[in-house]
Amino acid sequence: MNDTAAAARRSVTFDRPLLCTAAQDLRGYVARLAGRGLLLAVTSSSVLAVGLILVFIVKEAWPFFLSGHAAQLLTRTGWHPQTAPYEFGGLSLMAGSVYVTVTAALVAVPLGLAVAVFLSDICSFGLRQVVKPVIEVLAAIPSVAYGFFAILVLAPWMQRHLGFATGTNVLNASLLLAIMAVPTVVSISEDALTAVGRELREGAYALGATRAEAVVKVVIPAAHSGIIAAVILGIMRAVGETMVVWMASGNASQIPAPWWDLSQSVRTLTATIAGDMGETEHGSVHYHALFALGLVLLAVTLVLNLVSEYFLRQAKKARRGG
Amino acid sequence: MAGRWQVAMWTALGAVLGGAGDGALPARGAAPEKPKTLVLEGSTTVGPIADAFAEAFKKMYPGVNITVNKTGSGDGAAALQDGRCDIADMSRFMKEKEFKGCVEKGVMPVAHVIAMDGVCVILHPSNPIKALTTAQIRDIYTGKTTNWKQLGGPDARIVPITRDSSSGTFETFETLVMARQKMAGHVETVNSNPAAKARVASTSGAVAYVGLGFVDNTAHAVTVDGVAPNRKTIASGTYPIARPLFMFTNGYPKLGSIVHAFVTFYLTEKGQEIIEAKGFIPLTSY
Repeated sequence: MNDTAAAARRSVTFDRPLLCTAAQDLRGYVARLAGRGLLLAVTSSSVLAVGLILVFIVKEAWPFFLSGHAAQLLTRTGWHPQTAPYEFGGLSLMAGSVYVTVTAALVAVPLGLAVAVFLSDICSFGLRQVVKPVIEVLAAIPSVAYGFFAILVLAPWMQRHLGFATGTNVLNASLLLAIMAVPTVVSISEDALTAVGRELREGAYALGATRAEAVVKVVIPAAHSGIIAAVILGIMRAVGETMVVWMASGNASQIPAPWWDLSQSVRTLTATIAGDMGETEHGSVHYHALFALGLVLLAVTLVLNLVSEYFLRQAKKARRGG
Repeated sequence: MAGRWQVAMWTALGAVLGGAGDGALPARGAAPEKPKTLVLEGSTTVGPIADAFAEAFKKMYPGVNITVNKTGSGDGAAALQDGRCDIADMSRFMKEKEFKGCVEKGVMPVAHVIAMDGVCVILHPSNPIKALTTAQIRDIYTGKTTNWKQLGGPDARIVPITRDSSSGTFETFETLVMARQKMAGHVETVNSNPAAKARVASTSGAVAYVGLGFVDNTAHAVTVDGVAPNRKTIASGTYPIARPLFMFTNGYPKLGSIVHAFVTFYLTEKGQEIIEAKGFIPLTSY
């Protein structure tokens, strides 16, 4: 045994006094306190940032509510912020957001759920290790790239093959949003499905259930909280998306008539804010009206977020066997 | 005698302009020196031209600080009246009230037409319609006309496309075509000239409006009230959707001053290139 090894062994033996000196004690205490303080500051700064954003939006939206146009936001459909007499009807914009979001959810949720079930219960482990990362890469594609696809490929295709008068419409924007929401839905609901233990699955098989019965009647019900959270997070991705809807939805501030006609253009809250904000005069009613739209959007996403938090917590509780 | 009067006038002018600039040019009338700052305020349509001019001036007159505020034609007029700017950018002529307000404050607005702004109405190449009237275009955008059949074209839905309401092109189109009527809800919105052209090029029933510089063979421009849009008809004002763009100064700027150089920059080759690159029509006699 050479010297260095002996030295290393000596360093871990208890040949030094177990008690620290007062100074060492103090230093350790202060260091621990400082470390905690720093972490607390970092954590609270992000909370503070969210709070400040909220304050900023409310502050900028407030003049709009005092301007006398506020009632129009919830009662009128015309959006004419620059043509006198001004009209700030938010109904068609909110309807636009609802249209593309709901349609996107109708596509993304069944698709995402099917893929999640396939990955967790049906396909081989090796395949899953390849497919899941590939799906998650979809989430990393910049939305403007999806937007170009919508305008240059999907829109002309819809006009040529589906006979739509305009290719930038509800369906186009929704399909793109669905593709963007699928990774979120798949990833989170697959986690929830996998977290349902072997015991439940084996129990189902032991009772004579087929694989389909086990999945539909046991695994999915057991993972329902996580799946609902996945769906809501996927919907939030769609509600907040701006670039794709600005490029693909056509931006016509109308409520489609008849209501089921998805080949018509709509305009969403996010696209209106992004499209108008750039050049509008700071401090004008129009400017503040855009912040009021932002506030509406924030309220909706906040509620969705709280609901998904609730279900995620339920899922965790269920996993702990509560 | 005339010389003395001139000195007095330039002194007064210098005081107004200097007040807007660095505010410390007492000897301006006697020995004119270039102001260190040049402030422009006004139209969002003229703004991009002014910006590009300012960029070019930075190289030619290093040390001169040029600020371009894009607030709107009305704000430009107000700023000139209050002496807050050297040059007011305006996409329309001054209104009587604004002119009066200026004169009462001792400001004498002088208009410089720097370019013409013409907006072409474009259709898909397959659309057989070659001519529209202003009223027909207005009816398309208000939603009164919804099918090309009503205008003698094929039986296809019209897809009208407009620009974001803050753009200068929208402002021109709205002022000269819409006549205070609001666009219908089904009118789609894009936020640039190239995007408008691209949508028309890919949509057979579409109609949009863009600056003359953006018209090419992927979308054809119709004649409006029988006049085809081109440099000549827009510069001469015979094309209906055209308007002059102005810069207003307080009095005619002293020859050789930087203000003079700025408001006459549109006459230079570089100035004309800039105007054309921004999608406007330079004023030339050739």
